[in-house]
Amino acid sequence: MTNSWTDIRNTDLVVIMGGNAAEAHPCGFKWVTEAKANRGAKLIVVDPRFNRSASVADFYAPIRQGTDIAFLLGLINYCMLNDKVQWDYVKTFTNASFLVKEGFTYRDGLFTGYDEQKRDYDRATWEYEIGPDGYAAVDETLQHPRSVWTLLKQHVAMYTPELVERICGTPRDKFLAVAQMVSECSSPTKTMTSMYALGWTQHSKGSQNIRTMAMLQLILGNIGVRGGGMNALRGHSNIQGLTDVGLLSNSLPGYMNLATDREPDLAAYMSTRGFRPLRPNQTSYWQNYRKFLVSFLKSMWGPAATAQNDFGFDWLPKLDVPNYDILRAFELMKQGKMTAYLCQGFNPLQAFPNKAKLVEGLSKLKLLVVMDPLETETARFWENHGIYNDVDTAAIQTEVIQLPTTCFAEDEGALVNSGRWLQWHWPGGTPPGEAQPDTWIMAQIHLRLKALYRTEGGAFPDPILNLHWPYKDPGLPTPEELTKEMNGYIVADVPDPADPAKKLLEAGKQVANFGQLRDDGSTACGCWIFAGSFTEAGNMMARRDNADPDDTGAYPNWSFSWPANRRILYNRASADINGKPWDPSRKLLEWDGQRWTGYDVPDIAPNAKPRDVGPFIMNAEGVGRLFARGMMRDGPFPVHYEPFESPVANVIAPKVRGNPVARVFADDFAQFADVASPEFPYAATSYRLTEHFHYWTKNNHVNAVLQPEFFVEISEELAKEKGVAKGGWVRVWSKRGSVFAKAVVTKRIKPMICDGKTIHIVGIPIHWGFVGAAKKGFPANVLTPFVGDANIETPEFKAFLVNLEASTGPASV
Amino acid sequence: MNMELSRRAFLLTAGAGVAGTALGAFGFGDVEAAYAAAIRPFKLVNTTETRNTCTYCSVACGIILYSKGDLRKGETAEITYIEGDSDHPTNRGTLCPKGAALLSIVKSKTRLTYPMVRRPGSDRFERISWDEALDKIVRVLKDDRDKNFIALNEAGVTVNRWVTSGILAASATTNETAFATYKVMRSTGMLAFDNQARV
Ligand code: SF4
Repeated sequence: MTNSWTDIRNTDLVVIMGGNAAEAHPCGFKWVTEAKANRGAKLIVVDPRFNRSASVADFYAPIRQGTDIAFLLGLINYCMLNDKVQWDYVKTFTNASFLVKEGFTYRDGLFTGYDEQKRDYDRATWEYEIGPDGYAAVDETLQHPRSVWTLLKQHVAMYTPELVERICGTPRDKFLAVAQMVSECSSPTKTMTSMYALGWTQHSKGSQNIRTMAMLQLILGNIGVRGGGMNALRGHSNIQGLTDVGLLSNSLPGYMNLATDREPDLAAYMSTRGFRPLRPNQTSYWQNYRKFLVSFLKSMWGPAATAQNDFGFDWLPKLDVPNYDILRAFELMKQGKMTAYLCQGFNPLQAFPNKAKLVEGLSKLKLLVVMDPLETETARFWENHGIYNDVDTAAIQTEVIQLPTTCFAEDEGALVNSGRWLQWHWPGGTPPGEAQPDTWIMAQIHLRLKALYRTEGGAFPDPILNLHWPYKDPGLPTPEELTKEMNGYIVADVPDPADPAKKLLEAGKQVANFGQLRDDGSTACGCWIFAGSFTEAGNMMARRDNADPDDTGAYPNWSFSWPANRRILYNRASADINGKPWDPSRKLLEWDGQRWTGYDVPDIAPNAKPRDVGPFIMNAEGVGRLFARGMMRDGPFPVHYEPFESPVANVIAPKVRGNPVARVFADDFAQFADVASPEFPYAATSYRLTEHFHYWTKNNHVNAVLQPEFFVEISEELAKEKGVAKGGWVRVWSKRGSVFAKAVVTKRIKPMICDGKTIHIVGIPIHWGFVGAAKKGFPANVLTPFVGDANIETPEFKAFLVNLEASTGPASV
Repeated sequence: MNMELSRRAFLLTAGAGVAGTALGAFGFGDVEAAYAAAIRPFKLVNTTETRNTCTYCSVACGIILYSKGDLRKGETAEITYIEGDSDHPTNRGTLCPKGAALLSIVKSKTRLTYPMVRRPGSDRFERISWDEALDKIVRVLKDDRDKNFIALNEAGVTVNRWVTSGILAASATTNETAFATYKVMRSTGMLAFDNQARV
């Protein structure tokens, strides 16, 4: 989230699209209700189903899953055509005026530089024209034929209400009603918030779904203001934190990246990470990258990381491919190329697409280790459960070790909520049996591995032998020790340049903020964005002061919000070019002639003059990007692409299948249903229920009672066509697998008309499996396709094709 | 619950103590005993309160754990009740059907309690000690790393990667667990390293 749950109270319009907050984030959704009750805010829901959020909405519009970009580009087109643009914001705070290089074009669904063989672009032309002064060229009138604004206008012109209806199935009048409500938020005193979740991410163009809404929010002037923003509701309790700490195949903590094979040493790696400002005076905060990186390396390898060895840069692995994401890992497993796989509190057999492929992969491992507080299907993938898991147990040679871990109630530490609050929590119970904390398990693995390398030698032991392990009990690092490392500490005294007798930084102290980090090895910091969370003043994450001065929703002394305890990102954009709040009743920051004052920690230097420095300090431009340059693999502007399994061809580019640059493994392509396949005529989508959390709560008796049994949802029309009774059995199958389910026949789902064709929607909740207290049932991933988003490989769980028939149910029931 | 215990709990509370004394003073000794036996002890009176957050979604509702026993005093502690934290700015005490049932996930019948191993081809898990389990894991990891570690790529560039074993990190664990996991796994050169952000 750019904002926070409690900030939603400040909005005028909530758009829930790509999520279902009332169902999946109920206690956060309360802030939508507050805004409605106290400010007269309106709620719009756009979704294939009339869902729980829709049931309390002021306006609901249906949409076919996988067509959100067409809808959102339609909204941008509407705003541009009807002069519903917050002009002052767009002109000064976005790259609308920037000129794009000559040679950049878009035609028939593709941009310049496409290579069909590689399924990739040469992105050289997706850049700004650089002027004689070395900065990006701009035309403040926005009229230049190659200005971002002109190009965007041309790009979205085709997305008329008629085209939106053809692609999305949203009736024209409903689309226009949404467009009208949304466009009103171009007023500087009206704000819209976007609430989205996996309904947007789990597509082969998920990143662009989100980007399109972010562009709309920039055009409306809604980023950086109270009640506005792009608000990813997020999933698991600490998925934000795990991502912040960089537990992704290509990441370092704090949104830095691992080097690739093309970056042989630190100098080469840093040569593309200079982040020189693209406009005069801009902050371009990533210019500090080297400080964050070196401080991270110091936290990894302590005294062994020296200037002579590039601070251990070579001890980090380099990538030969963009990602070793979950899909690639299971592909490698299936090819027999993986030996051991560790699952820490994770149930991939349920969570990843194409269950049959997952079983095949796990069966080829030598060792599977599962660390979990609970039983999981993954730990028992080798166990035969009839139709629910029909495996040949004796033939599976994988050894499986299952390790019991503590659960949240027995564990201490911080979780990061969707609003970036790091909230410390304390243990209240003794773990059952021999259950151990994950930190202990990790320490044991490290210490034993290190001991073996000491005694036996082996492949490149240096990074393991030198790993900085300064804990009082090496076998059990405490949460406090670990969190202090992440906050960062001073390794060596730094004299004050003004008075060498004094110390600027004193060895052994915690850093106060990331501004103190240095690139000469005198500071260490595990995750620079967490700097300030555990300082010499103590554990800021443990703060529990719920005072909220002037009821802004900021709660500045409750826990700690990264970065720098800032509650709303890009908050300088809440004021105009002169530093006056756009909306005085929703003041966040204000320039008082000397400095920025207000309710939040400013994200630009407190004394940065308003006309000089742009609000988007992480961007080299200093402004928000309507044109993404070469930063997105699938285009600097979003384009409507159909899902890989689609009931209709792409009407704007019939030759393009799915997202043209999404990575697809050969075997998986063979397992996709054809476009508009008569064999798989129905458009399926998967989702969550409020009574369950993924695959855990089926272990919980109460939740198992509340939602005991797997079902699918279909419309009354489809039920009639297929002779399905309410509550009767159906069989649903895709090109990858088949499930039996009870049918919920509902008015909440209606057939849609797309490009003249009737499309039936099949809704599939995800929560069942073969272990736990609930009835055995099928997980949705028996059906889902094995393909991910072109930029970050999130699987396409939200849009795929199935067939369906009335059934007498599985024989064994 | 036997009477002894009930009566003790009954008399421990100040109000009940006074009532007990008053009843006793009026000569209703037997009545007092019967009355004490009939009243269930109020569970929360002698519990320890601990602040925590709901383990499920990232709304991160504040909760209060009530335990018999106090971990901070080095005692064993059993969680007996969980409720929403009414001082928490986000949830203000409310919980959804998942948060409201947290106690039964802490106490789920399918909580794991001992390390187990399923041997190749076997149809069951067997108990194993922590030492044995950890040694086995580390043996397989080291043998695989030693065999398949790539120090230099074909062009002779130092790449120091290991791609034949991998880990999926949890997403309901703490930042601190995440950092420990990061250090331990990344220092081996492991690349097939992912979390649940995508699913
Ligand atoms: S109680 Fe419900 S809404 Fe609150 S954190 Fe838990 S799952 Fe999320």
